[in-house]
Amino acid sequence: MPKIIEITIDGKKIKAKDGQTILEVAKENGIKIPELCNHPDLTVKANCRICCVEIDGSKGLQTACSTRVKEGMIVKTNSEKVKQARKINLELIFSQHNEECFDCVWRFNCNLLKLADEFDAKITRFEDRKKHYPTYKFGNAIIFDSSKCIDCRNCVEMCAMQQANFLEVEKRGNFLDVIPTRDKKKDCIYCGQCLVHCPAGAFEGVGEFEEVELPLKDKTKTVVFQFAPSIRASIGEEFGMPAGSIVTGQLVAAIKKLGADFVFDVSVGADFTTVEEGKELISRIQNKKNLPMFTSCCPAWVKYVEFYRPDLIPNLTSARSPQMMMGGIIKTFWAEKCKINPKDIVVVSIMPCTAKKQEFLKPEMEINGMKPIDYVFTTRELAYLLQKKKIELPSLKPEEADNPLGDPSGAGVIYGTTGGVVESAIRTVYKQLTDKELPKLEFKDARGLEGIKKAEIKINGATIKIGITNGMGNAVKLLEELKKNPKAFDYIEVMACPGGCIGGGGQPMPTSQEIRRKRAEALYSIDKGKKIRAAHDNPVICEFKKEVSEEGAHKILHTTYKKDKGKGYETI
Amino acid sequence: MEDIISKLKTANLIGRGGAGFPTWQKWEGVLNAKGNVKYVVCNASEGEPLVFKDKYILENYLEDVINGIGIAAQTIDAKECYVYLNKNYFKTLGKEIEKAGKKLKLKVFKKPEGYISGEETTILNNIEGKLKEPRLKPPFPTEAGLFGCPTLINNVETFYHISKIDKGEYKGTKFFCITGDIKKKGVYELPENYTVKQALEATNNMPDFDFFVQSGGGAAGEILLKNELDRPVFGMASIVVFDKEKTDTFSLMKKWADFFISGNCDKCTPCREGVYRIKEILKNSQNGKVNKDILKDLCLVLDETSFCPLGRSVSRPFKSLIDKIL
Repeated sequence: MPKIIEITIDGKKIKAKDGQTILEVAKENGIKIPELCNHPDLTVKANCRICCVEIDGSKGLQTACSTRVKEGMIVKTNSEKVKQARKINLELIFSQHNEECFDCVWRFNCNLLKLADEFDAKITRFEDRKKHYPTYKFGNAIIFDSSKCIDCRNCVEMCAMQQANFLEVEKRGNFLDVIPTRDKKKDCIYCGQCLVHCPAGAFEGVGEFEEVELPLKDKTKTVVFQFAPSIRASIGEEFGMPAGSIVTGQLVAAIKKLGADFVFDVSVGADFTTVEEGKELISRIQNKKNLPMFTSCCPAWVKYVEFYRPDLIPNLTSARSPQMMMGGIIKTFWAEKCKINPKDIVVVSIMPCTAKKQEFLKPEMEINGMKPIDYVFTTRELAYLLQKKKIELPSLKPEEADNPLGDPSGAGVIYGTTGGVVESAIRTVYKQLTDKELPKLEFKDARGLEGIKKAEIKINGATIKIGITNGMGNAVKLLEELKKNPKAFDYIEVMACPGGCIGGGGQPMPTSQEIRRKRAEALYSIDKGKKIRAAHDNPVICEFKKEVSEEGAHKILHTTYKKDKGKGYETI
Repeated sequence: MEDIISKLKTANLIGRGGAGFPTWQKWEGVLNAKGNVKYVVCNASEGEPLVFKDKYILENYLEDVINGIGIAAQTIDAKECYVYLNKNYFKTLGKEIEKAGKKLKLKVFKKPEGYISGEETTILNNIEGKLKEPRLKPPFPTEAGLFGCPTLINNVETFYHISKIDKGEYKGTKFFCITGDIKKKGVYELPENYTVKQALEATNNMPDFDFFVQSGGGAAGEILLKNELDRPVFGMASIVVFDKEKTDTFSLMKKWADFFISGNCDKCTPCREGVYRIKEILKNSQNGKVNKDILKDLCLVLDETSFCPLGRSVSRPFKSLIDKIL
């Protein structure tokens, strides 16, 4: 137990734990101290200097994020000097930041602008220093407009945590600037964690938000929207709802209101993925071939493997990710059923992810010369479009997604959180091996937001050893463990983003472990309420198998991987 | 062992790097810090323009400096000792220092460019090959310094005096680096409490023309007028004399601004952007006038909110020059 001490903040006596920072104590006691570079996912760097406070007896102001409390400390968070210093530092921050508010990922929720307002900062007091700074494009996934960067370096730290090390600082002229590396041995994995940890909106998804209206423009096409598992538990935040609000029905209604002809649920695609991946796992275990098998639904993880660890390519499941399976199913099985020429179908994916913007363009995903998906937009982009069209999602009457690709099992829904793929797979693999339902569907060892989880399950006397990891840093730790003990695991789920897709680079901002936890809980509660909770029980899977030849199905549901030599960046 | 620490205490030796910290406290801190591996670093970075007293000491009293480092190494049972040496001194002094410190297995580390590289936690980052920027304190280097181990960092001159204290030869002196528009430029060992005036007089450098001085560093030092010389030279004893008539104060300030902008680390907002804006103000000043309102604001955030002592010292020369001379 840490020692309890007493400090004074703004005249109020407060009990604090020894070792806490002033900022932590203030937060716990409802005292607001502004912050920009501080982020709960990252280390304290104390770069922006906005959280400065006055401490009796200290020379100069101190940053609340980095200063630890001491017995008897007297802190003023709002003295005239503090306010003046924050105002000037904000003006200096704005002097670097090229404002482009209308097209910014933070546009309705910009902390910089809120602070400028609170402290009367004149945001145009200085000419923008970085107005000629370049914009970079990383693959088809991420755009980094360095003229907006305020040098807090959250992105660089996050990129290192994600083991991509693609963003770095380099001295150019008089300034140490954040830039993408020129080192050909490093590449972006498109996870978008830089984006969701940037307080200044210097990063955005490719096309965000300029392209989101394109698919609905061509009235001659059948426009099909499909939305990812995690989005039903996150998009509400863009409309002021608390994290973890479940809005599946409103989401469907909102997309229909936009004018989409059909709305499908990618969780159904996840059910297909589970069944295919489950079959593959069983066969690999029985043949002792290419074990452990890795999941491949996370395109940032797949990119990591294809670029950094091509030796692991044989270990990736060949089962496609849910969005890619669904796209293929829509343009083949469903198109045929509805007698629509697949060339007249436009499939729009709403994803929690920036890496999905790269995944859908991979040539190996093509089926009969067709791209299964035509557009990938982030959760934020859909919210932007709805807001632009004045569609107030929370107040809509819930509607159901279209059949037959609109009603997933509970297993398909929990794909959106770390451990969800494993839990879904186990439900199905158990059934496939024993012909019995798993007695207890909730696989507790797979749940929770810890970076690395390990689990074992006995089926027919044999033990399947499972590893589950989220956040690329944790994944790499697990890979190192695997190097030492190649037989440690049979099956490994990797999600590149913290918490899995609920913490994805395409999700509403801000993000934090607390927010991710609430989003995850929401997905588990949906699963719990579902009648059908295992992927193999989803009737559309049976229907598909009946109607599509085995060879045809394989083309739609499986893919290949190849070594990636690196795409680097383009300056645009 | 503790003997030397009480000797330092009795001598009341203050570190000569400029921060003004009692040396014995640092020593005691490292001695009492937990850890099997400890380091000694001799800071010979001497990064400010027109300051060359550490170079002088290394050239003339290397034996005492090495002796001081040796005493430190023995006292704290150091695993390794480093001399962190100014790049420009490396060619002439590097080998010599290494040779003199052979018994200590002394390592000479060539300091990278930039004024920030002389800041003590930046020194640690540089030796470790990390980003050239200061670290958050606490932990202080005495508890967690080089490679996370307790580390004693003292200036060249401090080690010289330690040697003298140990030998019983310390006379409370300090090295004054006196330069500028004077005849007898050089480094002089004078009583440490000498005022600027006494130092100029004792070295026959008191000008007979109208002048001002910069005291405490050739960039971060304070500007003092003729009637302000009755004060001691705090920290690092550097005095630069300027002939008032011949000095273009704007180009002087521009030099400082250039020095800070190329020498800072760009980590924190006030120093990165504030220094840049000072440079811009000077560039855009017309008829010898600067925008004092903006300058005052920039100085406020530099003084009050900069991450490290470098940023917190930037405003001193500009403020004092503009207030007193412009």
